[in-house]
Amino acid sequence: MDLDALAGCLSSSACLVTQTTSGLIIGMLLFLVAVGLTLIFGVLKVVNFSHGAFYMFGAYFAMTAYQFTGSFALAMLAGAAGTAILGLIFERVFMSRVYGADVLMQLLVCYAFVLIFDDVVRLIWGPEFKAMGMPAAFQVMPLFIAGGVVPPYYLLLIGVALVAAIVLGAGLSRTRIGKVIRAAAHNPGMVSALGINTGLIYGGVFALGGMLAGLAGALAAPVRSLTPGMGFSVLIESFIVTVIGGMGSILGALIGALLLGLIRSYGSLGFPLFTEGLMYLFMVIVLVSKPTGLFGKEAA
Amino acid sequence: MTELEAGRAGTLAPVRGGAALGRYRDILIALIAFAVLASLPLFTGSKALLDFVIRCSAYGLFATSLNLLVGYTGLTSFGHGMFFGLGAYSFGLIMQKLGVPIPVAFVATLAITAVIAAVIGAICVRLKEIYFAFVTLAFQMLIHSTILSWASFTGGDQGLRGGIPRPAFLGINLANHVHLYIASCALLILGLLAMRQIAQSPFGYTLRMIRDNAARASFLGIDVWRTKLTVFVLAAVFASMGGMVMALFVSGAYPEFAYWTISGEGIFINMLGGVSTFLGPMVGTVLLLLLNDTVTRFTEYHGIVLGVVILFFALGLRKGLLDFVAEWFVQRRDAGEGR
Repeated sequence: MDLDALAGCLSSSACLVTQTTSGLIIGMLLFLVAVGLTLIFGVLKVVNFSHGAFYMFGAYFAMTAYQFTGSFALAMLAGAAGTAILGLIFERVFMSRVYGADVLMQLLVCYAFVLIFDDVVRLIWGPEFKAMGMPAAFQVMPLFIAGGVVPPYYLLLIGVALVAAIVLGAGLSRTRIGKVIRAAAHNPGMVSALGINTGLIYGGVFALGGMLAGLAGALAAPVRSLTPGMGFSVLIESFIVTVIGGMGSILGALIGALLLGLIRSYGSLGFPLFTEGLMYLFMVIVLVSKPTGLFGKEAA
Repeated sequence: MTELEAGRAGTLAPVRGGAALGRYRDILIALIAFAVLASLPLFTGSKALLDFVIRCSAYGLFATSLNLLVGYTGLTSFGHGMFFGLGAYSFGLIMQKLGVPIPVAFVATLAITAVIAAVIGAICVRLKEIYFAFVTLAFQMLIHSTILSWASFTGGDQGLRGGIPRPAFLGINLANHVHLYIASCALLILGLLAMRQIAQSPFGYTLRMIRDNAARASFLGIDVWRTKLTVFVLAAVFASMGGMVMALFVSGAYPEFAYWTISGEGIFINMLGGVSTFLGPMVGTVLLLLLNDTVTRFTEYHGIVLGVVILFFALGLRKGLLDFVAEWFVQRRDAGEGR
């Protein structure tokens, strides 16, 4: 424990800015992964245990596209579009067979794909750590805000995640498609009786969830190292986010992800050996005091 | 005594006798199985075969204990491997740091596991299916990351190295390969017998009732939470026994023992052998270890092969192997009785 470091940081504005932005980018990346998880669960009633693999594929797709084209925008597009297609195929061919089945079956199918996807990445890109490198456009002087150093890429990352959150939230509550998706989550039988193809909606939601995770991976690629199996810890953390925020709630995922990001960035100062433990501790406290999560409505 | 009561007593007595008979039959089977396994070193000098049986003992205890949760109670734990790792680490650490006799470390490890499982279980067993699966998984990751980051105590990602001392006790020297083999078999058979007794006891039938209809069990006056917690702790204790066999076998403990893939393999073993029979997980253990050993000999990408096999079972067969055997028996019996 190093409470002096934590207290020292809290009293300095420079350190506050640095730690808060680093907490925000962890939180925003987590949000993008967790919101896909929570969306898929809300509509399809399955927890996509292989969701971390989409994050991993997003990062690798982006890196490969960046190496071939040199364009950062194309890299982001490749990460998002590639994982969306992957999600659609994965849902239609495999996951759709285990809806309504035992949880055991759903976990096993996803477990199989975690193993397969990790090995596929090892096969294509090799087992060693990879780095995408920071695009030239962002290799500029960092900004100084209240004495704290903020790389411009961090601002872009936070901005993209915020836009995604707003588009998603507004799209679900305001548009016709959003209405249909919410209806399908509530009563799929009735929706399909009204002549709407629920299979297509399920596939679309899964593709959307996969795309968000892939986008998170693509955004993370310039600042994190890439390795097979990189998705798993992200999956566990984003699951903790959905438990804290409440399964099925988009606002809950946002708040939960930001809280977790801040816990991680400040926790690494005060409790360097127990940073991971702090997240679990927080999850346990929420679970015991409010089992449905902070914004969950359904009984857990 | 009226005729009616006499008639009822007549129909009840065989049932009670049947339970006792079943227990004697189980003990007999256990003794025969132990005799067969224990005499194996007399017929073959193959160290590889004995090693394989020891590994089967470790994983078999772990997988069968998981079946108490998955198959009997309907609790799909995806973090059961934490108790396997916990058993290995706490046994190894007690032997290395305290130097007590092996039986003392053995019992102490069971007690430590039981306490930790009670705390984790108290938080988890209230949760429903998928929440239960993932929160147990989260606790597993917590224990795994604690082992990695507390390097001064646990050796970090290098694992517990330097070997676990194995002093002789009661004429048993576990540093001797054959002694270790016999001890592992004995632990396996005793553990299986104990779990079989739990499964066949009134408590075991309470578990099945909770699995089939928890609300009804609750209306009948059963404290569902307490029953689930009890079986969670019991299963953890047997899993840690498996972990201790593993620690004795490799003379160390490694973070992989507490990694989530162990839990995944445990779930798959249960699926592979079948959860509807008591010995299904044992069959699954042997099959998975054979499969793993064969696949790793031919390719380094054994995740792909294992994944495809899992998909074949989960999407294609949807049942374990012993489930098919059990169904076949039922069909034959029904056909024989002319139903």
